[in-house]
Amino acid sequence: MIHIPILRAGRTYRSLKTISVSHIKTGEPLVEVSQANRGLIAKDLLDLPLHRQTLAEHSVSDLIEKCIDAAKFFTSADLPLDGGTQSAKDYIQQVSGTTGLPEALCKQNMGKIQGVLENIEQVLDGLTRGLDLQILDSGWGIQNDRVLSYVCETDSLGAVLPSNSPGVHSLWIPALPLKVPLVLKPGREEPWTPYRIAQAFIAAGVPVEAFSFYPTDYPGANEILFRCGRSMLFGGGSTVAPWVNDPRVEIHGPGRSKIIIHNEQTTNSEEYLNLIVESVSKNGGRSCINASGVWVTKNGNEIAEALAERLARIEPRPLDHPEAGIAAWANPKSAHGISSLIDRHLKQPGAIELTNGDRVVELDGCTFLRPTVIWCEDPEHPLANTEFPFPFVSVVEVPSLHLVESIGATLVATVITEDDLIIENLLNTPLIDRLNIGAIPTNQISWDSPHEGNLFEHLYRQRAFQQG
Amino acid sequence: MNLTQKTENARTALDAHVREIVNWHFSPETGCPFWLEYAEGLDFDPRKEIGGYADLKCLGHFQDEWLRGGPVRRWVPKAYADKPIYVFETGGSTGVPKSRISVRDFQIDYELFSKTLSDEGFPPGSDWLMLGPTGPRRLRLAVEHLAQHRGGICFLVDLDPRWVNQLVRYGKNEEMDAYKNHVISQALNVLKAHDNVQCLFTTPKLLEALCEKISLKKAGIKGIFCGGTEMDAQFHRFAREELVPGIDFVPTYGNTLMGLATCKPFDPSDNYAIIYYPPQPRAVIELVNPDNPDEQVKYGETGRVMLTTLTKEFFVPCFLERDEAERAEPIPEYPWDGVENLRLLTELQESVVVGVY
Repeated sequence: MIHIPILRAGRTYRSLKTISVSHIKTGEPLVEVSQANRGLIAKDLLDLPLHRQTLAEHSVSDLIEKCIDAAKFFTSADLPLDGGTQSAKDYIQQVSGTTGLPEALCKQNMGKIQGVLENIEQVLDGLTRGLDLQILDSGWGIQNDRVLSYVCETDSLGAVLPSNSPGVHSLWIPALPLKVPLVLKPGREEPWTPYRIAQAFIAAGVPVEAFSFYPTDYPGANEILFRCGRSMLFGGGSTVAPWVNDPRVEIHGPGRSKIIIHNEQTTNSEEYLNLIVESVSKNGGRSCINASGVWVTKNGNEIAEALAERLARIEPRPLDHPEAGIAAWANPKSAHGISSLIDRHLKQPGAIELTNGDRVVELDGCTFLRPTVIWCEDPEHPLANTEFPFPFVSVVEVPSLHLVESIGATLVATVITEDDLIIENLLNTPLIDRLNIGAIPTNQISWDSPHEGNLFEHLYRQRAFQQG
Repeated sequence: MNLTQKTENARTALDAHVREIVNWHFSPETGCPFWLEYAEGLDFDPRKEIGGYADLKCLGHFQDEWLRGGPVRRWVPKAYADKPIYVFETGGSTGVPKSRISVRDFQIDYELFSKTLSDEGFPPGSDWLMLGPTGPRRLRLAVEHLAQHRGGICFLVDLDPRWVNQLVRYGKNEEMDAYKNHVISQALNVLKAHDNVQCLFTTPKLLEALCEKISLKKAGIKGIFCGGTEMDAQFHRFAREELVPGIDFVPTYGNTLMGLATCKPFDPSDNYAIIYYPPQPRAVIELVNPDNPDEQVKYGETGRVMLTTLTKEFFVPCFLERDEAERAEPIPEYPWDGVENLRLLTELQESVVVGVY
């Protein structure tokens, strides 16, 4: 069986404690993953300042070059995997095998990571708003006749990562060219991508000390969050709750991304339906940037019915089908549990399901949840503002007067309206992390615009500087 | 004598011990009110029906809920009614904790355990640091007795695990860390101030925390008796290779109901597996099918821990613990069944708070 080791500042370590992750289709063990004990992580992280010094010997521009090289290695090289090698094709099949994401979508996600690596200069430009990156090498500099100085606030970036979609790993990649070593805790079903990215960087010549990779349990993850000066944490409400008030930890919780339509003439046009369908279903509907709500001020029921008809066309397909668009569930019990939860909530007045047929589908040895559209007359209904990791969307109608105040915390909002007051209110609300004005899918990212927090601001602080 | 003969002899001795203990606890002259009252509800006399360990199942499974609340004296055998009585508590993060009485059991258990310690790792006459749960726990007095039994003095640090469990439950990470640092700094003070402290009792987490601050070898520690929570092979390896190389590291498994199980002497061929042997005949661990506790699992198979405690102070027949393990073969030092890879029952692993120790 394939084994994924721990990386202790780049040094591979085989633990006596392992977990076996099975192929979701065959049920056969696919990979054995070494598990780091909490104390081992704690001991290793004491050396983080040394690892940062090692990485600091490389300039940002050198690390940018290495990112571009790493993009090639990541997408096409046979990279080390505990004594053997892993090809790009192996990687795609393995990610699909343990996460249930169709191979076609795994490939798309691979392209997303490749894009971040190749365009890292543009990404950093967006994160730093055009900072002369040499300033990070020298500590200070003059740009546009102004003296600028930035100090790094941490010796590492810890990342407690999810299993839902490989593309999410593009979020922590910029830390490396920003000269911050990585301490990665992969999701249980998706150790593949962070490990392969690390190997691609190492192949490109980045010091191995910059990569610590600790598959671990809950106490181990807490140790990372506790000891790393800066971290990002992915997870649901209960996972992130203890850390929400810790400024060292950037929380990536539920997205509850939305499309907001306030346009009386064209709410039901084909153009907008295409936009909604893509926002809801792209990448299997698994990402936090997928829309889980469509909030409208008029014609909600009509939009919901049209959307149900369109989304119903997306049928589960085998994971290796080139047009597969829905992910299988690694744990079928979870699929059934979520479906039951939706059914229970539907018994409460104020919401109706508009998609027909069985929600849970067994196909080719896998369990799927088919796209689900809910028409919510009551914006307070429990299904009105929730999200699940499959194409699930609630269409909610609210009066325009209450639209902005009622949407709640929203990671990405795409607003379609010509009403200046609504736009102004949306620009002013702190509820939205990323605001798209116009027909831009919620899942469409821009290299130069961070979609969830700003990693540079998380890692660095501008300080006053004078030289006599 | 070969292992088979040793095992048979141990079994014979166990059956004789069971008869003695059952006779003691169900005799009106010596038994405790709880078991005498319990016997009144039976349609047989345990003293006549129970001829050995296998017959204990006729008493059913001991329920630890019986230990919650008073009157605690119902557990005191009449024969010990005029002796000084200790009470030790277990668990108790919320609600009324479970408690058991003791007269000398904890001292006897640790005197027996002392025989398994090497004089090189735990030099007689050297002092100890007890860095573990204190308060109403048995460990606090037991480790102190162990130190005294070996001719040493025991230094103590206050540690309230129930408070730590509350901090964990409510996600108070910073407060938990502050409390841990408070405990560790006191331990460091003891180590710095008292040169003759050469032996340490501590828990896995506190050992890790202590090792972050100090080289225990340089501080003069020669032996570490580690317990209080579960340990797996990976931790065992990590401790021996990285935390405390060169120090005699002795993992143990103990609890308030049983006493102390000792670890199989370190053998590299075990690949750091931790294999415990109960202090038979004072206590017996049997691994049983979780769905059918009457069925013992085979060697190497996983089973739920069923504990039987057989001392004149305390009788616990067939108690189903919250732990599971693999059944291990007898060895010459311990010619009875052991348990390997002891851990919380799989079905409980998600729900139990694991605190600072």
